[in-house]
Amino acid sequence: MPGKLKVKIVAGRHLPVMDRASDLTDAFVEVKFGNTTFKTDVYHKSLNPQWNSEWFKFEVDDEDLQDEPLQITVLDHDTYSANDAIGKVYIDIDPLLYSEAATVISGWFPIYDTIHGIRGEINVVVKVDLFNDLNRFRQSSCGVKFFCTTSIPKCYRAVIIHGFVEELVVNEDPEYQWIDRIRTPRASNEARQRLISLMSGELQRKIGLKVLEMRGNAVVGYLQCFDLEGESGLVVRAIGTACTLDKLSSTAAFLPACNSPSKEMKESPLVHPPSHGCRSTHNSPIHTATGSRLTQNFSVSVPTLIYTGMGSGSAGKEGGPFKALLRQQTQSALEQREFPFFTLTAFPPGFLVHVGGVVSARSVKLLDRIHNPDEPETRDAWWAEIRQEIKSHAKALGCHAVVGYSESTSICEEVCILSASGTAAVLNPRFLQDGTVEGCLEQRLSWQPGFFSIGLEENLPAGCGFCHIPYDELNMPFPAHLTYCYSCRKQKVPDVLFTTIDLPADATVIGKGCLIQARLCRLKKKAQAEANATAISNLLPFMEYEVHTQLMNKLKLKGMNALFGLRIQITVGENMLMGLASATGVYLTALPTPGGIQIAGKTPNDGSYEQHISHMQKKINDTIAKNKELYEINPPEIPEEIIGSPIPEPRQRSRLLRSQSESSDEVIELDLSHGKKDAFVLEIDDTDAMEDVHSLLTDVPPPSGFYSCNTEIMPGINNWTSEIQMFTSVRVSRLSNINLTNQTLNKNFNDLCENLLKSLYFKLRSMIPCCLCHVNFTVSLPEDELIQVTVTAVAITFDKHQAVQTTKTQVEKSSQRASIDNEELLQFPLELCTDTLASHPFSSAKATSIDYSSFADRCNSWIELIKLKAQTIRRGSIKTTMPVEKASPLTEGHFRQRSAPACANSTVGVVKMTPLSFIPGAKITKYLGIINMFFIRETTSLREEGGVSGFLHAFIAEVFAMVRAHVAALGGNAVVSYIMKQCVFMENPNKNQAQCLINVSGDAVIFVRESELEIISTQQPIASCQPACSGGEIAT
Amino acid sequence: MTNELDIFVGNTTLIDEDVYRLWLDGYSVSDAVGLRVRSGILEQTGATAGVLQSDTMDHYRTFHMLERLLHTPPKLLHQLVFQIPPSRQALLIERYYAFDEAFVREVLGKKLSKGTKKDLDNISAKTGVTLKSCRRQFDNFKRVFKVVEEMRGSLAGNIQQHFLLSDRLARDYAAVVFFANNRFETGKKKLQYLTFGDLAFCAELMIQNWTPGAVADSQLDDMDVDLDKEFLQDLKELKVLVADKDLLDLHKSLVCTALRGKLSVFAEMEANFKNLSRGLVNIASKLTHTKDVRDLFVDLVEKFIEPCRSDRWPLNDVRLFLNQYSASVHSLDGFRHQTLWDRYMVTLRSCLLRMYHD
Repeated sequence: MPGKLKVKIVAGRHLPVMDRASDLTDAFVEVKFGNTTFKTDVYHKSLNPQWNSEWFKFEVDDEDLQDEPLQITVLDHDTYSANDAIGKVYIDIDPLLYSEAATVISGWFPIYDTIHGIRGEINVVVKVDLFNDLNRFRQSSCGVKFFCTTSIPKCYRAVIIHGFVEELVVNEDPEYQWIDRIRTPRASNEARQRLISLMSGELQRKIGLKVLEMRGNAVVGYLQCFDLEGESGLVVRAIGTACTLDKLSSTAAFLPACNSPSKEMKESPLVHPPSHGCRSTHNSPIHTATGSRLTQNFSVSVPTLIYTGMGSGSAGKEGGPFKALLRQQTQSALEQREFPFFTLTAFPPGFLVHVGGVVSARSVKLLDRIHNPDEPETRDAWWAEIRQEIKSHAKALGCHAVVGYSESTSICEEVCILSASGTAAVLNPRFLQDGTVEGCLEQRLSWQPGFFSIGLEENLPAGCGFCHIPYDELNMPFPAHLTYCYSCRKQKVPDVLFTTIDLPADATVIGKGCLIQARLCRLKKKAQAEANATAISNLLPFMEYEVHTQLMNKLKLKGMNALFGLRIQITVGENMLMGLASATGVYLTALPTPGGIQIAGKTPNDGSYEQHISHMQKKINDTIAKNKELYEINPPEIPEEIIGSPIPEPRQRSRLLRSQSESSDEVIELDLSHGKKDAFVLEIDDTDAMEDVHSLLTDVPPPSGFYSCNTEIMPGINNWTSEIQMFTSVRVSRLSNINLTNQTLNKNFNDLCENLLKSLYFKLRSMIPCCLCHVNFTVSLPEDELIQVTVTAVAITFDKHQAVQTTKTQVEKSSQRASIDNEELLQFPLELCTDTLASHPFSSAKATSIDYSSFADRCNSWIELIKLKAQTIRRGSIKTTMPVEKASPLTEGHFRQRSAPACANSTVGVVKMTPLSFIPGAKITKYLGIINMFFIRETTSLREEGGVSGFLHAFIAEVFAMVRAHVAALGGNAVVSYIMKQCVFMENPNKNQAQCLINVSGDAVIFVRESELEIISTQQPIASCQPACSGGEIAT
Repeated sequence: MTNELDIFVGNTTLIDEDVYRLWLDGYSVSDAVGLRVRSGILEQTGATAGVLQSDTMDHYRTFHMLERLLHTPPKLLHQLVFQIPPSRQALLIERYYAFDEAFVREVLGKKLSKGTKKDLDNISAKTGVTLKSCRRQFDNFKRVFKVVEEMRGSLAGNIQQHFLLSDRLARDYAAVVFFANNRFETGKKKLQYLTFGDLAFCAELMIQNWTPGAVADSQLDDMDVDLDKEFLQDLKELKVLVADKDLLDLHKSLVCTALRGKLSVFAEMEANFKNLSRGLVNIASKLTHTKDVRDLFVDLVEKFIEPCRSDRWPLNDVRLFLNQYSASVHSLDGFRHQTLWDRYMVTLRSCLLRMYHD
């Protein structure tokens, strides 16, 4: 009995009218946890009941505490008939289970009903008393912290990064149980919500146990998803990276930590980055995976791509032996792990040594062939298979680890595509295990001479190390085009680099980055079972290939040479497959300047054709030039001799290696034919290719003042101002079903995405200059002719004037920042920005196009004034009416309503939401716990609710509201690393019905504006954080 | 390919002021898009008509969802669904409750009933304000009226507290409520020249001086909406000023002596004095009848303003006359209702001066 959960129901407000006769409600509340239920008294005839209940106490196992949500139901009491439910609130009490997070959950929660949406609010206080339990065989994992953030959270330090954790639980989907035929939609929705909540809790607990086993204390980059398999069940699965984190307290930050790991870390960046050889990546060879066939299941495994080349051998001679040693060591550290995967996308300095390239694997499965649908084994095996594949791809790239790793599924009827992707990498072993630290130390001593000679030389152009190829040049798994690194000139680099991670902080970039998308549709015949799966798996390699070609073309067109944050989504529908790849293109100084694109016609004799070709060529060249200007890409000219002669290439084309599960030995080679050395030749031999070229040119750059990227921050912009706007936009398009061809489909899809982007730019025009960061597109095919695109991103304003100044010093700045970071004085990691901000108050003020803040201030005070007045008026009038107690009920009601929340402030505190891991201009002082919520909304009066748009608009707004309310109740003022993982929308306009499921997650945090922080920290340097946050923006 | 569903939801609710105005003005989405296109926004931003259509729809949907909350503005402040900065909340409320001069002049003093509501299409046709916008404005009047009608305390204060309006707008609403409650006739042709500002000015003075709340130590009903019945009853006592011939003559001679040589229209004043005085005093003495209360403004115009205007009194002469006219009563020894006279005349004088224009 190691825990006591205490709940108090304080009050309600804005309840709906449940009794038509009196226009009032007789509300009471049921509080349920596990199998125990308490009830409050009925508060008669009020829409703003004051229950002020006693403390309801639940004595429970901590296992239950982790699994179960607290369920609060508000009902309307009815003497003669059954009580009517008004709505529910589910509260995840997990944040109360670890010591450093929230201590109390207290606040106004929207009361939610799956049919009516939000119906008023309820004020609840929740506390947990945990008793220490040292039982080793316990099933709970209280105390393990979870973070959605895919980097080391800002106020923590990574002592050890243990590695990959995953778990998967399966259950029958309540919507498909027999009982669903007789129960109401509400009951069925609630059963589903509750089940997923329970399963998420269980999943988290199980992952926590694994982390404890690994001796970690936290999971970073936690990603939980659910698969609605339909008849075969409901799967909730999660992956993450187990870590041992240390909280950075202000004191600890200043005292040199004496224990070895931290000391090691401090030194490592200085010592490491460039010294261990160089590897590079190259063009895009494609490696196909083989899925083994499970005995009872039909499964087709599909090609996997490895983007980027591999070469191997470090060109650096001195680095060679050392690198080998390093690799050995790291390998030993990693080999103990089944899967050396990391869900992180940004890393502590020095952690990432080399990057190989993108590795991915896909597999097509049939859900109706699962033998024990209720057991997780089959799915576990499926994923294990895919992960194995990823691992072998990484190995082929000479890498022992995969970073920026993620998994996803796409389901249509009984067909399911499982996908995994990541970036093959070589990591610094120091962070991976305690044991290796000593080894490292020794080794460093013995290698000092060599090491220093490299170190000194290479320290200057830091930030190119990760580009160097990790594989052996002489033994490349595919041919690639290598050159000497343009930064250090010592090691080999590929000409193009694709990765799934964020741009490393120390990477040097020229100009700005931009969002690059490849979009693709492929029609497929409707088919059943195996035939369908085979058809899909036959299509997949071609889609991958085309997506890749498109990305490559668009990258060249932008004059850039590397992609970060690459995410390829393949969606399966009844009669088509959709592919959408998003990434952020940048120009890395370490990589060679990309060549242009050359168009070659097939029939050189035709004069007019020739003319057309040359016209196109001119257009393309113009576009490249324009883009270079737009993104400020002006790399310094480097004389050829310095670079050295290009390395002779065995062949100049990269290949696509593909294998198929049925015949795993057979290796088919696909020719990616990406052409000659620097000119990238596009052959226009048929209308298809023509289309391709056209589509290349139809992508319109964002309007001036706008930038966009899908990574955390925009390379080349580092002077963010504090205004942010997170948003979700959803579009569903119906295809006219006449004469659907691949081309029209492609065009439609392309237009859909482009128009969506244009709309976003238009909507957010008042924020110019601004950047859309973390632009996340998801495509789904809910029905035959419907395409649904969902975008979540955040718009951040930045200071244009400063940008000009900073570009010059950008290199120094980034290295400076890196050094600050690794000095462990992470306390004020963004200090730099504040300084610059503070020193240019004028420019920053000028840059914001609308002087919004001052207006806001004015109006703020104006509203305050009204409130103040209202209060005095009220007081006055109460006084005068004292003797005459026969006030009208209306007035009385108003008085009560006004006085109830008067103690709490009357306005609602602002909660920021962002998909990024940070808040510009602010410092996160505390992580309060993970937010992971699942909602279903259904309607049988679609038209009355404003049609599909009205319905979904209201629902998403409500989801945001519920997330904010939970964060505020935890005492937080922001959600970082927010993600909408699922938005499943189904409609039936003929029946006037629609249903939508949404799953969101993120980290609840407290942040303090840097300006406030400075004032406080000068006053009391140590106890700075706490008072600041309580006094800060977290109004009630 | 058509978009079946197209939405944008921001964590902070985006409010476009221009679109909000179009929505408030009652334009349909397609009209609004047309107007926006004409404003040249496409050229400024490089957007397409499709983008504009989608954006307008989206804003309209948001406003539609917000409208329910705008009906009870404190709810807008407390609700959790739309995160809107306070400055924007204030703007939303203020603009939603703002009304058109042309519209308010049509409705002012009318009963805020279903009957009037049915008339709105006529009003719309007459004023050029869209029917939708007329409905909103009418419903706003009615809603505010219902909430504060029975309430004690300062009328404008109550309105401000329950609708979070700016000071100025709350006072305008107080006038609307006051007119609606007392059903003052303002629609007659001869009253057309009066602006809403004139009438609101008068209403405010009457609220300040002629309601039960005006009496500082009033322990009874502190109501701002109705005229003080007792006061109206007492006003009958003023009748003596015109009924008693000696008193009337004395009053006239006092005024004439004081103003001799100071008025450009002295002769006309002297000739008309008894008529004007009778007019003003009779208006006062008849205010016990509801019918006469309703006709207050008609009477003021007929009995005082029109006669002066026909003799081309300059405004300054009217001012001098009214000042002297009310002050001289204090020197009438036989007259005992000095306080009552002041309570009546101070307000009336200001009203008349405000109303005296073309």
